[in-house]
Amino acid sequence: MTPILQSQELGKKYGRRWALRDCTLEIPAGRVVGLVGPNGAGKSTFLKLAAGQLAPTSGGITVLGGRPADGPAQLAKIGFVAQDTPVYPRLTVADHLRLGAGLNPGWDAGLARQRIERLGLDPAQRAGGLSGGQRAQLALTMGLAKRPRLLLLDEPVASLDPLARREFLQGLMEAVVEYELSVVLSSHLLSDLERACDHLIVLTGSRVRVAGEVERLLATHHRLSGPRREPGRLPADQHVITARHADRQSTVIVRADGPILDPSWSVSHLTLEDLVLAYMDRQADQHTDEPARAITLEGRR
Amino acid sequence: MIWLTWRQLRGGAAMVSGALVVLAAALALTGPGLAAGYAEGITGCLRDGDCTRFFDRFFDEYQTPFLGVTVIVLVLPAVTGLFWGAPLITHELEAGTHLLVWNQTITRTRWLAVKLGITGLAAMAAAGIASLAVTWWSGPLDRSAEPGFTMMDPLVFGARGIAPVGYAAFAFILGVTVGILVRRTLPAMALTLVVFAAIQIAMPSLVRPHLMPPVRSVVELGPVNIDQFLVPDDGSPRMLLESAVPGQTGAWVLSSRLLDPAGRPIDDGTGEAALPISVASGACARQEGAGSPKGHMETCVAEINRLGYRQAATYHPFERFWAFQWIETGVYALLTLALTGLCLRWVRRRLS
Repeated sequence: MTPILQSQELGKKYGRRWALRDCTLEIPAGRVVGLVGPNGAGKSTFLKLAAGQLAPTSGGITVLGGRPADGPAQLAKIGFVAQDTPVYPRLTVADHLRLGAGLNPGWDAGLARQRIERLGLDPAQRAGGLSGGQRAQLALTMGLAKRPRLLLLDEPVASLDPLARREFLQGLMEAVVEYELSVVLSSHLLSDLERACDHLIVLTGSRVRVAGEVERLLATHHRLSGPRREPGRLPADQHVITARHADRQSTVIVRADGPILDPSWSVSHLTLEDLVLAYMDRQADQHTDEPARAITLEGRR
Repeated sequence: MIWLTWRQLRGGAAMVSGALVVLAAALALTGPGLAAGYAEGITGCLRDGDCTRFFDRFFDEYQTPFLGVTVIVLVLPAVTGLFWGAPLITHELEAGTHLLVWNQTITRTRWLAVKLGITGLAAMAAAGIASLAVTWWSGPLDRSAEPGFTMMDPLVFGARGIAPVGYAAFAFILGVTVGILVRRTLPAMALTLVVFAAIQIAMPSLVRPHLMPPVRSVVELGPVNIDQFLVPDDGSPRMLLESAVPGQTGAWVLSSRLLDPAGRPIDDGTGEAALPISVASGACARQEGAGSPKGHMETCVAEINRLGYRQAATYHPFERFWAFQWIETGVYALLTLALTGLCLRWVRRRLS
């Protein structure tokens, strides 16, 4: 399967600060990809680069075989819902649909109308008067109705209450199934994405820490605990993500492709949240930029 | 995109068109009366042979509305530049909606081109209509205007003919450009106003006089170019020159100086000077009870001319009005194109 998005050494600099650097990734088609990382990690920058809203400082990015925002044909293939789900506050819901229909040759008017009806939005209501959840739904509708092949959503649920959050993600998942979309959505909270995504990218400190299929990530990461021992004395195929040492005990989170054979460890599985936290922790502990590219797990099979 | 641009412009367009309709109605109602009064007055004064008095009276009578409509045409380009130009992009940047519209199936270049095209043309049309209406209405007044208020004079020139269209186009794109650089609406509006006002002052004072080489001439003194002439009982008579040149009605006088018989200027640049002529005897001597003051003044001025005192004037004759209008509009059109190119480059390169 050809990847829907490919980036090589992608970097973006604002002034003297790198918002994103050395980002080499491949995202296979047909996935719902969660992009997780703390605020300021470079999630928005990555999505804007993919949508073509920004031009990279270094490296390259290919989305669906083209350079982002390289002409109308490329724009038509990608839907982008920016952070805070911007809409024109003085335009009504119906105006937004009209705008979408006028600006997108591939606009699916039926889809847009049905979604608005189902959501119970009043077409005559000005977008400025909508609640955060309704606004996000309107922005998502705009993104879906242009019938893109890839939908990029930047923190779409950040401003929503838990109920609206669930409804939004539910609506998104239904659309993914119905229209065979690939989706990349970002959040600083894994819990927002955990149920929705089957592929994960962890981004901290402007670098990609880990990326891969959720199932595969869970299968290859383990928490080992046992009597205290020095780090660095693990088999070559086990990579330490984090290690904590108490007086007598060590707890190590490792990535290992094979099974853990050492009987002195008690091995337990990680939840996705543990895994993400481990990678975030690792970055905080080490304060280095060294491991960036090393741990990209490919989702290709 | 056209619909979206129109939808965003609608409110402002309604307000400006409303104001224009009121202006046009007021001018249409009063214009014919004004023209009739002028025609009547002209026929009357031509019979008497001297129309100066009629012109003075007629112009004085309508000076307030004359200045009012002139100021409206001068201000309108600034208004559209401020309220249509500056927020055009900053509104989108502030609300983040540029991210929404830039992801529709339309390139940013086309998005900006349509926005600039439609809104800019609307601003130009508004200024054009206002200028056309005011130029038509004030025709009789422009023909009878005092020096300083003729069509070539800076205050009036910018409110007649086609120049306001150029100003509107430029003020609009200036607002857009400043908005793009400042990225916030209110500071952008303030800065646009300051820059545009500075340019509108610099243009007539520094640039326009040099658009063509001005005419220089040395002429005799007479009622047209003398504003005040005081003959005191003792001391020297003082003369203040008018910014006008005999035989050059409606000319834009850049400088008007008083020359002594040797051809040296004797005023201090203001056109006012004392003439070293005796008032004790000779033509300018006060003759007790003899002759009318007017006759006395004429004799005295004739004597001053005979002695060789002259007015040295630099001016642009009234016939250059349309040449100046076209040149000036062209200059603003070039500035507008340059800024448009800058904006289009920005939207392609500098992204969110």
